[in-house]
Amino acid sequence: MTKAGTTVAAAPTPAPAVRLPRRRGIELALILLAVLLSVYGYCAVGLARTGTVPPGAAGYGAGLAVLALCAHLAVRIRAPYADPLFLPIGVLLNGLGLVLIYRLDRETPADQAAPAQLVWSTLGVGLFIAVVLVLRDHRVLQRYSYVCVVAALGLLALPILFPAVNGARIWIRIAGFSIQPGEFAKVLLAVFFAAYLAANRSALAYTGRRLWRLQFPTGRVLGPIVTIWLLSVGVLVLERDLGTSLLFFGLFVVLLYVATGRTGWIAVGLLLAVLGAVAVGRLEPHVNQRIEDWLHPFATIEAGQGPNQLSQSLFAFAAGGVFGTGLGLGHSILIGFATKSDFILATAGEELGLAGLAAVILLYALLVERGYRAGRALREPFGRLLAVGLASILALQVFVIAGGVTGLIPLTGMAMPFLAQGGSSVVTNWAIVALLIRVSDSARSQYDGREAL
Amino acid sequence: MSEYGGFHEGERPMARYIRHACAFCTLLLAALLVNAARVQVVQSGLYDDNPANRRATIARYGQPRGDILVGDEPVTGSVDTGEQLRYERAYKNGPLYAPVTGFASQSYGTTFLEHAGDGVLSGTDPALSPLPVWNDVTRGPVPAGNVVTTLHRGAQEAAYRALAGRKGAVAAIEPATGRILALVSSPSYDPGELSGNGEAVTSAWARLNHDPEKPMLNRAVRQTYPPGSTFKVVTAAAALDAGVATDLDARTDSPDPYRLPGTTTRLTNEADDCRDASLRSAFEWSCNTVFAKLGVDVGVKGMVATAGAFGFNDAGLRIPFSVAPSTFDAHVDKAQLALSSIGQYNTRATPLQMAMVASAVASGGQLRSPYLVDRTTRHSGETVAGSGTHPVRQVMKPSTAARLKELMADVVREGTGTQAAIPGALVGGKTGTAQHGVGNAGVPYAWFVSWAQTENSLEPQVAVAVVVEDASADRGEISGGGDAAPIARDVMRAVLGR
Repeated sequence: MTKAGTTVAAAPTPAPAVRLPRRRGIELALILLAVLLSVYGYCAVGLARTGTVPPGAAGYGAGLAVLALCAHLAVRIRAPYADPLFLPIGVLLNGLGLVLIYRLDRETPADQAAPAQLVWSTLGVGLFIAVVLVLRDHRVLQRYSYVCVVAALGLLALPILFPAVNGARIWIRIAGFSIQPGEFAKVLLAVFFAAYLAANRSALAYTGRRLWRLQFPTGRVLGPIVTIWLLSVGVLVLERDLGTSLLFFGLFVVLLYVATGRTGWIAVGLLLAVLGAVAVGRLEPHVNQRIEDWLHPFATIEAGQGPNQLSQSLFAFAAGGVFGTGLGLGHSILIGFATKSDFILATAGEELGLAGLAAVILLYALLVERGYRAGRALREPFGRLLAVGLASILALQVFVIAGGVTGLIPLTGMAMPFLAQGGSSVVTNWAIVALLIRVSDSARSQYDGREAL
Repeated sequence: MSEYGGFHEGERPMARYIRHACAFCTLLLAALLVNAARVQVVQSGLYDDNPANRRATIARYGQPRGDILVGDEPVTGSVDTGEQLRYERAYKNGPLYAPVTGFASQSYGTTFLEHAGDGVLSGTDPALSPLPVWNDVTRGPVPAGNVVTTLHRGAQEAAYRALAGRKGAVAAIEPATGRILALVSSPSYDPGELSGNGEAVTSAWARLNHDPEKPMLNRAVRQTYPPGSTFKVVTAAAALDAGVATDLDARTDSPDPYRLPGTTTRLTNEADDCRDASLRSAFEWSCNTVFAKLGVDVGVKGMVATAGAFGFNDAGLRIPFSVAPSTFDAHVDKAQLALSSIGQYNTRATPLQMAMVASAVASGGQLRSPYLVDRTTRHSGETVAGSGTHPVRQVMKPSTAARLKELMADVVREGTGTQAAIPGALVGGKTGTAQHGVGNAGVPYAWFVSWAQTENSLEPQVAVAVVVEDASADRGEISGGGDAAPIARDVMRAVLGR
């Protein structure tokens, strides 16, 4: 690695002698597989519930296939070297999400969420195509980093003006649609962090005191991290959104570490996170309650008030066992509120079992790993940090919400990427995949057979 | 290493840090998988068995409940409500069969046969599955099985009709087998009112529980009454078996009134001519003095042994649901023994117990343990389990039984039980009027125990016990013969087909 460093540092590299295979055919085949799996799931729900294939199965399959093929075409035209796994995984997760929401709609005849989710998915794929087609080079984004951060803060601040929904001020409701601006802010902040750190990483890496084995940064450069920390705590206090706050802070710490390689930053980050969590946990009853629920999920049962959402979620996962009850045959609807959004994974866990859940988590892991791989393959720091940031958003988000509903960590409201009901989330995730495709296309088209530093 | 000191852009091995970050994210996702395995596999049993987890309940009501059959006809059903707990129990003629079926409520559990046969009726009994291993693999629900009772539809209906809503109970047994032919308690209730889980069920539950008439009390098997003079059958059996009395027609040495040993209390009779009456006429006219003295002459040990052989003091009787133990106090002085021997003091019996007494007399002294379930079947009709083996017990000498039959037949032919007579059939019975309450102030319970056989049959086909709590206030043997005997007659006629 370090040996190769001297040669790579002599960028710009000459045109690579051997080009990587484009692998668009594999992508197409995998997309078709993803569509077929989704249609199969859709049919399985109908067969289990009513004994017949649902009438919309063909239309649903065709719709999903057309969307996926359009996206595939856009990639073929504008990002031919992109990693072939991003798009099929996105299609499969989105398709599975639609199946799960459709399945839960069977339990709530008055509240049909799948059609709206299909519309949002279409918008998401539309945004994906637009990004792939319009954004020819991700480095353009670097120029707009401060526009991004201002927009992100604006989006974050927007819901404060609207009434709280279910204890959290993260939604805005316009004309019957609820939008979660914080979702879009994630991508914008990732762009800003990547740009900021790419520009300032040398200064931030400047070490101050050394304590035990940790290199601590000097007080002078602590400014930015404290600012971000305050921002996260602000989100937490003003919007009561523990999940988003955790995500932002985690994202920043990961990027800071990748940019500077300083373990001291992680120590400082963890310290601040613990301080913030303890303080807010003490002060905010909403957050405190979540921690109590996590420590004692059955407290409400013992108190004779019946099971709370977390225990219902645990019951659902447990009922699934290894192979699950089969699509359409579980009772995850007992979770009640937010079954289709925050708790969607419980339905997957109950009806697909540990086997299905493991497959879903592995899909996310694959998506994340491919993102990191694109970041590693790139040469310039902004692209690298952007790829790492986007992949980390996915990983952290999956961890925070999946860990929450399975009782690993305190539960925080957050959407399972692609699976959960929620328009803002699905559109954002498609944007993330589009950016990853763009980055990986750059990385793989520049590939010269040597690993980057 | 150069990276800790000054360096140039691009020199820092960012790829390494990316790899670290990637490993960190992988670690997070791996933790998720490990935790999922914990919840879904390692601790799943814990969560599945949590009483607050409704899945077991949903599965239980997810398919139609098996039926309870009388003859070939189900007396139960299942209604698809389309709710989360999908199938609700329905009852045809609920009040008539309530003491047998009990209820199967989504809110309040199960009782009686619904409880005892719940494994079969709910489909969880492993014996229901023809291929248990295959079923474990497919995890498909096994169709619920049915429980076929031994009840005689006609006898059950006759008993319920004859009670006509009066407080009381009827139990009828086939002496040769122990099959329970009728089990009626009145006033009754419709168990279908309790099947569901809504507001109506809650209020029905409250109403039934607070009803002073206690409609949910199963008087035939869960309520004990002082058996009064019907207990004289047991005392007579003990006396004859012990040789205290040998000749039915010999005069006994019995004063009237009889001073209870060790006390100054004088026991009297409702009937006349009880002084030194023979066993036959004392039984026919139900002389308290004679039987009180007989009991004392037999002694505590003999009386307890005989009563125990008939089934008294047995807390273990299951038919298959439990029956309240009937009691004959073993720790008594002579005065108490005298009263115990005429079915007073601490002597208490369920109607089923008294039917067993008549049954033992009817079948030559042999008592077969009573049972209510003929067989359990799969949904498709094959038998899963039969009625099982029922122990036979020789309660008394066959000769004693024969003489008791004679005595009981006399009661119906010319004594206090003439109202139980059935033309063309041999009927034997014994009336009883049990006093109770403080200072015996309560309205006495009217009893009648009997058996009947058609003329051409070798032994009685039915043994019955009837108790009516609020019989006409007219005291005396008349109420046993007047209120309870006609009910017993109707039941016996239904069984004999006359």
